[in-house]
Amino acid sequence: MTRRFAKTRTDVAALFFTGLTGFSTLLILALLAVILTYLAWLGGGQISWRFIFGGTDADMFDTEKAGVFPMLIGTAARVFLMTLFVIPVGVITALYLTEYANPTSLLTRVIRSAVNNLAGVPSIVFGLFGVGFFISFIGGSLDSLTASPEPRWGKPALLWASLTLAVMTLPVVIVATEEALKSIAPGLREASLALGATRLETVLRIVLPNALPGILTGGILAVSRAAGEVAPILFTGAAYYLKDTPHSLTDQFMDLAYHVYVLSTQSPNVEQTRPILFGTVVVLLCLTFLLNLVAVLIRARIRRRLRSAH
Amino acid sequence: MSLPPAPSSTRSTSAQPGSAPATSAGLAPLIVTHNLELFYGKTRALKGISMGIQERLVTAFIGPSGCGKSTLLRCFNRMNDLIDHVRITGQCHIGGEEIYGRDVDVIELRKRVGMVFQKSNPFPKSIYENVAYGLRLHGTRDRKTLDEVVERSLRGAALWDEVKDRLHQSALGLSGGQQQRLCIARAIAIRPEIILMDEPASALDPIATTKIEELILDLKKEFTIVIVTHNMQQATRISDQTAFFYLGELIEYDATVKIFTNPAKKQTEDYVTGRFG
Repeated sequence: MTRRFAKTRTDVAALFFTGLTGFSTLLILALLAVILTYLAWLGGGQISWRFIFGGTDADMFDTEKAGVFPMLIGTAARVFLMTLFVIPVGVITALYLTEYANPTSLLTRVIRSAVNNLAGVPSIVFGLFGVGFFISFIGGSLDSLTASPEPRWGKPALLWASLTLAVMTLPVVIVATEEALKSIAPGLREASLALGATRLETVLRIVLPNALPGILTGGILAVSRAAGEVAPILFTGAAYYLKDTPHSLTDQFMDLAYHVYVLSTQSPNVEQTRPILFGTVVVLLCLTFLLNLVAVLIRARIRRRLRSAH
Repeated sequence: MSLPPAPSSTRSTSAQPGSAPATSAGLAPLIVTHNLELFYGKTRALKGISMGIQERLVTAFIGPSGCGKSTLLRCFNRMNDLIDHVRITGQCHIGGEEIYGRDVDVIELRKRVGMVFQKSNPFPKSIYENVAYGLRLHGTRDRKTLDEVVERSLRGAALWDEVKDRLHQSALGLSGGQQQRLCIARAIAIRPEIILMDEPASALDPIATTKIEELILDLKKEFTIVIVTHNMQQATRISDQTAFFYLGELIEYDATVKIFTNPAKKQTEDYVTGRFG
């Protein structure tokens, strides 16, 4: 019997493409594994209770005595404050663009390209913008308004660093929120409006609750981006050395990412302080992962609630 | 209540919109349009529609895709307002009141004119919260009132027995037909006078469709229903009046029996007998 459906071809292109995609994925995983192993190898030994929760009073370049707690607090504070600023502004902008603005109008197109361009600006430029706009202009104006004898607002501070980071991460939040808003079935908005809801009621009761997971994704991306940035806070709030953790918004602060920069460039003996350097990097990474984990857990909870009962 | 003069078509020479429907002669129609035109940008989607729709009847809009029947339906609760570049001219009165006037509160209009869409669109909330949505929106907070209205509306939509034990579970867990009946319950919860239905059963299987059709015949006792349908058997089963549209024009509007057995126009006959469409 002659077979009619016997396999005679080999699809080389398909095999090659499957191999290529698999290889690319593997490459990325391998790179991540190498980086993490390298950091853990060099910095893991430095990690201890004292290193994480210890202060810098003794000597910040002494591997036996140095601690990173003030930097940990500084980084956590600036990232948290940034989130408070960037989420509302980003979400409201995205709401305007998707729910209210005419998508073809000149204004909408200008805003959209402004957001895209903002995403492409180097972070050091944001740092300089922060100095010029927040510290000199806003801070300076506040000082002259309150007639303060010495600069209270017009100097680097936690507040200005956080605001600078917020401006930098704004595009991320706007784009993620817009995507979330666009993915909501238009039928839901129509159903709400047809029941006599106003646009605002529809946004508050239907659109925003359903976009919440996407908004949190935007928050996660913004936190990840901001936590490791040094350039925007270099001139706007981070300090080389302070005796204390920040107590108010106008205080300067020590910062994990900036500390990594300090240890790698200002250390009296780079070789000797290398364990502190990598220990700090590990702490910074763990902090970022932890913040992300919290956001991911909250997001999963909201998603579950949206899917099951109210 | 002042009524506009009996509409007479100036543009569409074929239709006889002014003729009183056979089943309810003498009653003033609840919805009256006079020379209603709608433009999407430069395209004229509705051409001089003049018709009267009677209270507590089921009126079916039929016609091939793109004939303007859904567009006209959406004029009655001003859902077309949401689309950019839409311009409407002519008159559209509901209960004697012009709904495109300057001082019309669209919210109040939509409370009186409910809508059920082609694709069932329950909110990702519980069954209870879906039905209570409109009530909460319009200020009802009392738990007892809410409970009562939710039950009455679900009973009204022939869904109560199927969902009474899982009112607080997600509406998204219901079947397609149940979701559509939930949308009907949600619409009737705020006691509208008119319910607009845009192909409410087109995505449902025959059994679910039958349930919806039985429901429509039941709802007719209390509500005025305007339904767009592609299914001509459905139109004959449930409607009292049928309007046939073609390319934005109202071709023929008469008692359903007349339209399907002895239409006045050749175009109508060709369409209802399946020769085109």
